[in-house]
Amino acid sequence: MSLQPTSAALAAKRILIGKPGLDGHDIGAKIIALTLRNAGAEVIYTGLRRSPLQIAQVAVDEGVDAVGLSILSGSHKELVADVIGQLKALKADGIKVFVGGTIPAEDQAYLRGLGVTAVFTADMPLDAVVDSLARSLA
Amino acid sequence: MSGMHSGVPDMEPQLRPVSPSGIDVPVSVGPDAVQSERIGEAGTYPFTRGIFPDGFQGRLWTIRQYSGFGTAEESNERYKFLLEKGQTGLSVALDLPTQCGLDPVHPMARPEIGKVGVSLSNLSEAEILFKGLDLSKISTSFTINGTAAIVYAMYLAVADKQNVPREKLTGTIQNDILKEYVARGTWIFPVRPSMRLIADSILYSNGVSPRFNPISIAGAHVRDAGATAAEEMAYTLANGLAYVDELRARGGDVEKFAKRLSFFFYVHMDFFDEIAKFRAGRRLWARLMKERYGVQDAKAQHFRFGVVCGGSSLVAPQPYNNVVRVAVETMAAVLGGAQSIFTCAFDEAFQIPTEFSAELAVRTQQIIAYESGIGRTVDPLGGSYFLEQHTDRMEQQITQVMGEIDAYGGVIRAIEDGWIQLRLAERGLERKLDTDSGRNVIVGQNHFKKVDEEIKVGDVFTLDPTVAQRALEKYQRVLDTREQSAVDRSLARLSAAAAKDRENIMPYLVECCHAYATVGEMVARLKEQWGEFKEPVNL
Repeated sequence: MSLQPTSAALAAKRILIGKPGLDGHDIGAKIIALTLRNAGAEVIYTGLRRSPLQIAQVAVDEGVDAVGLSILSGSHKELVADVIGQLKALKADGIKVFVGGTIPAEDQAYLRGLGVTAVFTADMPLDAVVDSLARSLA
Repeated sequence: MSGMHSGVPDMEPQLRPVSPSGIDVPVSVGPDAVQSERIGEAGTYPFTRGIFPDGFQGRLWTIRQYSGFGTAEESNERYKFLLEKGQTGLSVALDLPTQCGLDPVHPMARPEIGKVGVSLSNLSEAEILFKGLDLSKISTSFTINGTAAIVYAMYLAVADKQNVPREKLTGTIQNDILKEYVARGTWIFPVRPSMRLIADSILYSNGVSPRFNPISIAGAHVRDAGATAAEEMAYTLANGLAYVDELRARGGDVEKFAKRLSFFFYVHMDFFDEIAKFRAGRRLWARLMKERYGVQDAKAQHFRFGVVCGGSSLVAPQPYNNVVRVAVETMAAVLGGAQSIFTCAFDEAFQIPTEFSAELAVRTQQIIAYESGIGRTVDPLGGSYFLEQHTDRMEQQITQVMGEIDAYGGVIRAIEDGWIQLRLAERGLERKLDTDSGRNVIVGQNHFKKVDEEIKVGDVFTLDPTVAQRALEKYQRVLDTREQSAVDRSLARLSAAAAKDRENIMPYLVECCHAYATVGEMVARLKEQWGEFKEPVNL
């Protein structure tokens, strides 16, 4: 695939893209997965309908640097809190958590309060998403 | 976050000589572009100009707005209100657990109970939903796919309970599983048994409720995920042919069942791509029905479709611009000859529509219908040098994509392998990069931005905790009061029928519904026999 010039901004980073809950809208998750790969990261995608525990478990087993959660059903508060709780329970709170989807402004602050590193919405340029991740994972 | 939105696009806005579907668009087109024998008359094969000779003067398109959240009780109240106001068609949205075949008590279901629609876990909820409504007089449209056969069985069971003859039922279930694997995600079983379930429900419906539309083959979701207009039509026609093949393999008579197939698409902003897409699709489908399957009856060659205008073509910055976008898209839908139109509210890109925005969406259709006059003459653009050329080129583009799917081994294999899914993701990425760079102009978002505009994101679906609690209580009450031996017996018979490939599964689902077996119980039995879809996650 050569849709955008590849860079090495995320070289040697391992990132899990997860779809927690029943929400079936996965195009955003896949676009981000392809973008991060084009930026040099090794990307694992969970597929749809994963429980927070399953996502946390895969993150630990795969030794990822970051987890990106894609949620468009409106259940982001519950699901993100659950994933972060599971990561803590697995003593993996060093793994950074990012969230993408339909997230109202006031909820973005709430999610950051839970420990989310950054929240991305669909209107953000992909370059900005890559830059943000590269800076956070440096 | 505002700093993130201040990037200046790399490209100046300009009109390029190519449409978003990748079709060359010349500056000028002359008379030699038109071959009149290919155009024909409206109401006459191959129906390029419309399936009816009298267009919208004979009958206006249906203004169909999708709405309805909350509990069965609240939706029932809302339906009664709408019927009193003269509306005859109801639209039922179901929550994600019902769509995925999980009962409210399932741990994955709990955060989603009643959130994007009604929780319809068993017949008693359906009885509440339709209480006091005469099912012989209303038309009910269900946006349901993975569990469509079960929801349809439940609708039949409610009708039975109300003593409404099944043959009087009208309405639609979406029941298009193929696009769920590609773009919407509420699949349950592997592709092949899902195809059987759909064929069984269509054939059963043709027999017992002949006025009911048992499938609406939808391109809208792949389109909104990033497919071009040509790809949207190509994927949808390819899926349609896969259903036709399955139905024929199961003994269906194409002259009969093809009359009840209908389609559903998005309309986005490129005006002539959209109009050409519908004209080319109508012609292609009629030709495929006639030439590939020998269909003689014109009604079985008809390509009937509904549309939704808006979706991902609407953006959050400068939200009132979306009113203009939806108006342009609605005009394209009318000029393309749609049978029903749903217009999105301008604020749908960032919140649940308000009463104000929802009303404006309906008024947009009414203004175009009764003030603009564009619907008076059937296919008023027919014979336009440019549009006829663009329709021909669109048809070539659609045919080419269908050929690529065939070359891969057909839609079913392409979906099982994840080939179409990956192709769509790549197209989505391409579209996003074109937007980021400013090549794809979106006024207010990447060009002509307002300085320091605060991007508003309002309410999204939030869970009323009492809704979930009540759903769980009602669910438990049904489990406690139903006759368990009847449930067990009906579920055992369902399992046995599922194990036999040539048995129509529908009568057994209806029997389960009558016994108050739950959606989750029925799906669990079918999963035992058929397994679950293994989602390809290769990227």
